[in-house]
Amino acid sequence: MAERGPNKRAALIDALLARDEFAACWALQWCDLLRVKAEFPINLWPNAVQAYHRWLLEALRSNLPYDQFARALLTSSGSNFRVPPVNFYRALQGREPASIAAAVALTFMGARLDSWPAERRADMTTFFSRITYKPTAEWKEEIVCLNPAPADALPARLPDGTPVTIAPGTDPRRVFADWLIAPENPWFARNLVNRVWSWLLGRGIIHEPDDIRPDNPPANPELLAYLEREFVAGGYDLRRLFRLILTSRTYQQSSIPRSDDAAAAALTAFYPVRRLDAEVLVDALCAICGPGEAYSSAIPEPFTYIPDSQRSILLADGSITSPFLELFGRPARDTGLEAERNNRPTDGQLLHLLNSTHIQEKINRGTWLRELAQGTQGNARRMIRGIYVRILSREPTQPELTAAEKYVAAGKVNPKAAALDLVWALINTKEFLYRH
Amino acid sequence: MSDLPSGDVLTRRGALKLGLLGAAGLLLGPRWDTPARAAEPTVRARSVIQIWMWGGPSHLDTFDPKPEAGYDYCGPFSKPIATNVPGIRICELLPLLAQQADKYSIIRSMLHGSNGHETASYMTQTGRKPGRLVYPSAGAVVSVFKGYDHGYRGIAPPYVVLTTPQGRFDEAGFLGQRYRPFATGGDPNQPRFVVEGIVAEGILDEHQGARRELLHTLDTLGRAVPADPLFQQHDRCEQNAYDLMLGQAKKLFDPAEETAEMRDRYGRSTFGQSCLMARRLVESGVPYVTINYRGWDTHKQNFEVMRRQLPDLDRGMATLFSDLSERGLLDSTIVWWSGEFGRTPKIQWEAPWNGGRNHYGKCFSAVVGGGGFKGGAVVGSSDARGEEVADRPVYPQDLIGSVYELLGIDPEGPLPNPLGLDVRVLPAADESLGSGGRLKEIM
Repeated sequence: MAERGPNKRAALIDALLARDEFAACWALQWCDLLRVKAEFPINLWPNAVQAYHRWLLEALRSNLPYDQFARALLTSSGSNFRVPPVNFYRALQGREPASIAAAVALTFMGARLDSWPAERRADMTTFFSRITYKPTAEWKEEIVCLNPAPADALPARLPDGTPVTIAPGTDPRRVFADWLIAPENPWFARNLVNRVWSWLLGRGIIHEPDDIRPDNPPANPELLAYLEREFVAGGYDLRRLFRLILTSRTYQQSSIPRSDDAAAAALTAFYPVRRLDAEVLVDALCAICGPGEAYSSAIPEPFTYIPDSQRSILLADGSITSPFLELFGRPARDTGLEAERNNRPTDGQLLHLLNSTHIQEKINRGTWLRELAQGTQGNARRMIRGIYVRILSREPTQPELTAAEKYVAAGKVNPKAAALDLVWALINTKEFLYRH
Repeated sequence: MSDLPSGDVLTRRGALKLGLLGAAGLLLGPRWDTPARAAEPTVRARSVIQIWMWGGPSHLDTFDPKPEAGYDYCGPFSKPIATNVPGIRICELLPLLAQQADKYSIIRSMLHGSNGHETASYMTQTGRKPGRLVYPSAGAVVSVFKGYDHGYRGIAPPYVVLTTPQGRFDEAGFLGQRYRPFATGGDPNQPRFVVEGIVAEGILDEHQGARRELLHTLDTLGRAVPADPLFQQHDRCEQNAYDLMLGQAKKLFDPAEETAEMRDRYGRSTFGQSCLMARRLVESGVPYVTINYRGWDTHKQNFEVMRRQLPDLDRGMATLFSDLSERGLLDSTIVWWSGEFGRTPKIQWEAPWNGGRNHYGKCFSAVVGGGGFKGGAVVGSSDARGEEVADRPVYPQDLIGSVYELLGIDPEGPLPNPLGLDVRVLPAADESLGSGGRLKEIM
């Protein structure tokens, strides 16, 4: 906070992008889109979930270029335990070619196949018609591969209308992937930069971010084209894209709108406030009050025990969950739609934040408050400042300090209860609950 | 739970203003509105109490006894008892329910064929077979048609689960968050029923008021951006939450508002007091209450478990029927008892099961009563050993469809949803799991 200097912000962004939590956050996002979940209705199974999650985490940590990332997911063959990206083809509610094609289009083209004409849908499906799944002697191990049965040359048509003939022995998925990740592909980079924009700024330039089609135009085509160009030119470098957006003036705007114009929101004329994601929120509460969340799965699973020190953003499996995560809109990971995550406030969430045993116990149990009280030796003002820094990462303003002091001094509750109330109040402020 | 301004029901414009609909919803817009139906169905029932037998209860040891099948099938329960309806017998450990048999009907020919908890739970609660989409459970569907969107203004949320969610799948399916059940948490059989969020341990109302004031004073960002729609929604939810905490909801959820005699009648157990709580909730107008009753996955030592648990089920459920009836609530309240499946009729005597029963989706029982369902009847039958449906198959969608019909929800009608999907309340014949037709014989 106290640091000064012209490059302070850029240096901080670089440092944050290099942290493991960056990879954890975006792996979480990808696990939502890729439906990483052991149980019904995806049935990826626990071992495969762990393998897949670790692969995604490592890909993001090592900044695997996005074209290679997509290619690995689309063209890998092998065991779901040993070749984790093959799980892309397993994390589906249906395994027939049409369902696979729909998942590919949604994930990498931001397109909903059911809005395409039947003929184009069928064309797209052709590329995924030769995938086969084989069990092994190992429990819940499965091989995903190209069907080895002899096949004729396969006539197909790419989503842009180009006809191709796939020679016998060639994996049609490779033909599709080569087309998809080519620099001139109109969907590939667009889908990704639009999603990242939406993840960072709360609204896609094309919105919904996974509903790209001709009659859903971008709010700002120049911006979208610029980001696409930069992303392709930068070699599909994800960190570079994040840096580009995070250092932009747009991202740094205040959340206090300067205009009531309805178009202002679509054009990102102010920073849109959003509630923290469920996982981030509970991690923040644990970071402040001390760890200790209980997770469960409807199925007895080998990986349900989560050590206290692990953040919930690192939970691999969508089937392992907690009442808090459910209540605060963690996606079910059933469809891969961005809209599955719902961060809009509900009565139930407010009841939970304001009055649940879960939150109240977290507040009461934290040892940090006791230590702070000892350290400040009854000095109310220092105590208040300590609580502010701990929860909101800033000093209180003068009016805030006065109001808090008044609450303590009023003596309606004893000093310890007053401190707990202050913690409770700050946890319930919009400043804490919302990205702003 | 309502995140809408009080007053009018949700209109399309209101929904737009609140930004409830995603762009997909906007484009497919009109489907969100409930379309005018050809003929408005008659509404017979107002509320549903679902007794969910988590794990799948044995049909042979409850409502479909088979003493003639021999020891390897009926085990020690070889003397089913007569009920107050001539010709109907049920398990000997259900004497109180036997005295209420005129108030409910037994379906002995339920089937869906799945022996997996998840798939079976999904099918019995949604009436659908698993596919690309996760459909909402009956409770969530009822809260679409009978909840806040259609003028419900009750003290408690429209879809309540006592006490923990059933899990297995997301009960609200693609309907999302807003239609999830409100799970009370806590235990109504404890001296204080701590309803998550509503009844806090050790914080008095005056203290609540003082700290709420402190929160408002310190909500600096909220005051700087007063017009943000999301913040406004947050504030409305906060108001609603305090209405629940400080208003009548606290009283509604307090079992101590009932006499000790009444509490004893239901049985001093979590299940018994949950039945009592369910009655209080429907009395206040809640459209859908689920009692999630765990402990029926009796792989091992089935008979010991049944001896221990059936009396608890018997007392709570029998009292629920008699109490609802005495209060004149049974005519408008459907009670629905079922698990995700039954259990293998042939007993596994060998270790490690030691008289256990496995999952069984080919034939099982359900019970329905009240709200327009006739009592004192048996629908369908199973074969001599309870292994196959002998006649009149009833699939989950037949049962759920009948419940919807009595509630005045058109099972063939469109299901409004925030994703704008073009879907029906229950599946059409071509995507159905199978159907033996709705339960017309008892409606």
